[in-house]
Amino acid sequence: MTREKTSFVYVTYIASTPEKVFDAITNPKIARQYWGHENVSDWTPGSKWSHIRDNDARTVQIVGEVVETTPPNRLVITWAGASEADNPDSYSRVIFEIDPHENGVRLSVSHIELEAGSGMAEGVSEGWPLVLSSLKTYLETGNGFDMSGCSKAA
Amino acid sequence: MHTDKVFKALADPTRRLLLDMLCENNGQTLGQLCQRLDMTRQSATQHLGILEDANLVSSQRRGREKHHFINPVPLYEVYERWIRKFEHQRLSLLHDLKTELEGKKE
Repeated sequence: MTREKTSFVYVTYIASTPEKVFDAITNPKIARQYWGHENVSDWTPGSKWSHIRDNDARTVQIVGEVVETTPPNRLVITWAGASEADNPDSYSRVIFEIDPHENGVRLSVSHIELEAGSGMAEGVSEGWPLVLSSLKTYLETGNGFDMSGCSKAA
Repeated sequence: MHTDKVFKALADPTRRLLLDMLCENNGQTLGQLCQRLDMTRQSATQHLGILEDANLVSSQRRGREKHHFINPVPLYEVYERWIRKFEHQRLSLLHDLKTELEGKKE
């Protein structure tokens, strides 16, 4: 039985540089300021990465593997809920593409191979637009959105 | 400037329908979208072009096919700018009213 898969592609234009955008995704000190979470890894292909909520409990919400790292233009990771880390079928894939566009940057996030209708698919489809919008605001104004009320993974 | 494009793109029932259709089933091709719309490919392409230009739709080529994805990121920016602000004002008005009424009870 093959379960139906679904994908999302999100795009935002940011008045910033590819280096700053790449850093904002991969540097925990920056990510926590607009995401309310940190992405922790050495970002070497084959290494693990984890998505950790920036609170006292430091809950690990998402885990996966680094597939490809080409700073500052491209990052590919696998993605699964921490409770489903042992199930190979639960992994989806996220591709960050960062390209210069006019005087700024075009950031595209493709989340592919998600199980259609799953809680994860619903969660990320609510989460990514908010995260990207907050990232844009953070890099352009220095302030991210208040994500403290956002318990979702992304 | 970019917000203008978002509002203009949304100011059309066909384009809002296209967004609803992609929300329901993301990643559709032009052919799939046209099947459910009573409209020519040419006019659907134009509407999708306006949505893409406003960054409300993103697309990806897979082989010969172009797949369209709803991109709600600009809507969140509109929400932050045009809705949350007013919600905040309304909530603080209610707060003031509550303080006023409760204060008078004493």
